[in-house]
Amino acid sequence: MVQRTVVDYLRAAAAECPDKCAYFDATVRLSYGKLDRIAGNIATRLIRELQVSGRPVAVYMDKSPMTIAGFFGVMYSGNFYSPIDTSMPEYRLALVMENLKPVGILTDASHYDMARTYCKQVFLIEEFTDEEADDKLIEEQLSHMLDTDPLYVLYTSGSTGVPKGVVVSHASLIDYIDEFCAVIPIGKDDVVANQAPFYFDASLIDIYCTLHEKATMGIVPLADFSVPLKLLNYLEDNHITFIRWVPSALKMISTLKGFRTLKPSALKTVVFGAEAMPVKCYNYWYENLPDVTFIQIYGPTEITGVCTYYVCDRVYDESETIPIGKPFHNTSVFLLDEDNKKISRRDVTGEICVKGTCLALGYYNAPEKTSEFFVQNPLNPYYPERIYRTGDLARYDENGDLVFISRKDYQIKHMGHRIELGEIEATAAFLPGIKNAYCIHDAKTDKIIMYYESESYDDAKLTEDLKKRLVRYMVPNEVHRLEEIPMLKNGKVDRMKLKEMHANS
Amino acid sequence: MEELREILTQIHPEVDYDTETGLIDHRIFDSFDVITLVGELMDNFDVEITAEQMVPNNFNSMQSIWKLLEELMEE
Repeated sequence: MVQRTVVDYLRAAAAECPDKCAYFDATVRLSYGKLDRIAGNIATRLIRELQVSGRPVAVYMDKSPMTIAGFFGVMYSGNFYSPIDTSMPEYRLALVMENLKPVGILTDASHYDMARTYCKQVFLIEEFTDEEADDKLIEEQLSHMLDTDPLYVLYTSGSTGVPKGVVVSHASLIDYIDEFCAVIPIGKDDVVANQAPFYFDASLIDIYCTLHEKATMGIVPLADFSVPLKLLNYLEDNHITFIRWVPSALKMISTLKGFRTLKPSALKTVVFGAEAMPVKCYNYWYENLPDVTFIQIYGPTEITGVCTYYVCDRVYDESETIPIGKPFHNTSVFLLDEDNKKISRRDVTGEICVKGTCLALGYYNAPEKTSEFFVQNPLNPYYPERIYRTGDLARYDENGDLVFISRKDYQIKHMGHRIELGEIEATAAFLPGIKNAYCIHDAKTDKIIMYYESESYDDAKLTEDLKKRLVRYMVPNEVHRLEEIPMLKNGKVDRMKLKEMHANS
Repeated sequence: MEELREILTQIHPEVDYDTETGLIDHRIFDSFDVITLVGELMDNFDVEITAEQMVPNNFNSMQSIWKLLEELMEE
């Protein structure tokens, strides 16, 4: 069967192995057949009550196998989904909802009231079962679907203070998952342990590679990531073979030398990315698990998931950086210098640019932002060809592998999350009583430090107010009130001076 | 204990560490905060914390963390 839309992935798995466990957590186990039927049940109601297609439906609920059923229910209804972080403070949630304007919200009982404040059409996930799907109605809806139609919108940090929604098509996801599974060792016998929240693109590998390979995925309880022995026991008890975690999660085990107590015996593949991997942490894992394959991956949400990978095959010196490697098939990743010329020589720094089917459709409801980052390929004056400018700087090493260097702007990676310092600064500056607020990121300790001027705020009060407006991981680790923020002659903040102040403190 | 209070306050300045007894159980410290805290403790107090010791009981309050540190520093 030709797989045209992501719907076909689930249809194929449900036909081939209906009784096999697809997704599980501590309370729910969904087989492929059951998942398909619940999705059908959800879609039937969505079609009947919303009577639209090609529109956004927010999935606003805690992570569970039923959340995935919700994603497919939305797809089966001919619409596209947007997973919304339930831990987001109201202030930011309102910004997201204002941008998305969902036609419906799929939620769970504990978030129902909040969902109702943003939309009239709210559907409770608890009400859906594996009965009553109107297949004819669904088929009719799906018959109009194209692979260029949106599949989902994922929200990421925006420098002006408003989160950006990355819209990705069915074709992009299929391209991504097909090419990923072609080179990364994963198969039907694998059991995946999911760490990434579903509102991050990192979870796409877990959800969709599992589905593509007809494997099984477990959702690791969030609290286990604070208790390394619980985490290791989870891997062991569930015979986990494949993990795709952020380095921060791997660090929990290496810092506390968890393998002295237990080494997960079934583990075969460890994939990591989304932030710099500390060499010390990698070496600890590599040396302790000699039979495991370690793969570093790289890529922003705007090119669906990841666009390069590197299979690690040795211990690294702490002065080295583990490369991000080479592109996946059907994806072009290249470096442009400041004059938009292509770089091919080694050790020359350039901006990572990407083209291919993996490119997102753009930012939802934000045409200006879209044209700023998704641009005409400067190497091609002949016909329209979009590339995505990542803003990441890199170089080629002696093996032709890409090595990440830094950002060219104020986007940072903090505890595995992508953050625009501008979003934190804009949020603080918006508080009445805050005059100036600027952030720096100390990459070595992975801390966000904010400096501000104010007559009415102290450090504790500012932190408290920021917590009400920012996602938890965006709240600065330190805030310091200054009499005067150091400025440059051109009226911009002197970030070098701030970094100096931080280094000397 | 003041040095410990300073480290904790840097991670979460808004918490009253004299009364809070559920830093882990109430999810005031998430996994990323925990790993930051453990790293700071190991660096600043020159102790080694093991996976066995990284249980909620030892980390739920400033007092329990301090008790663990005292034990580790005696070794």
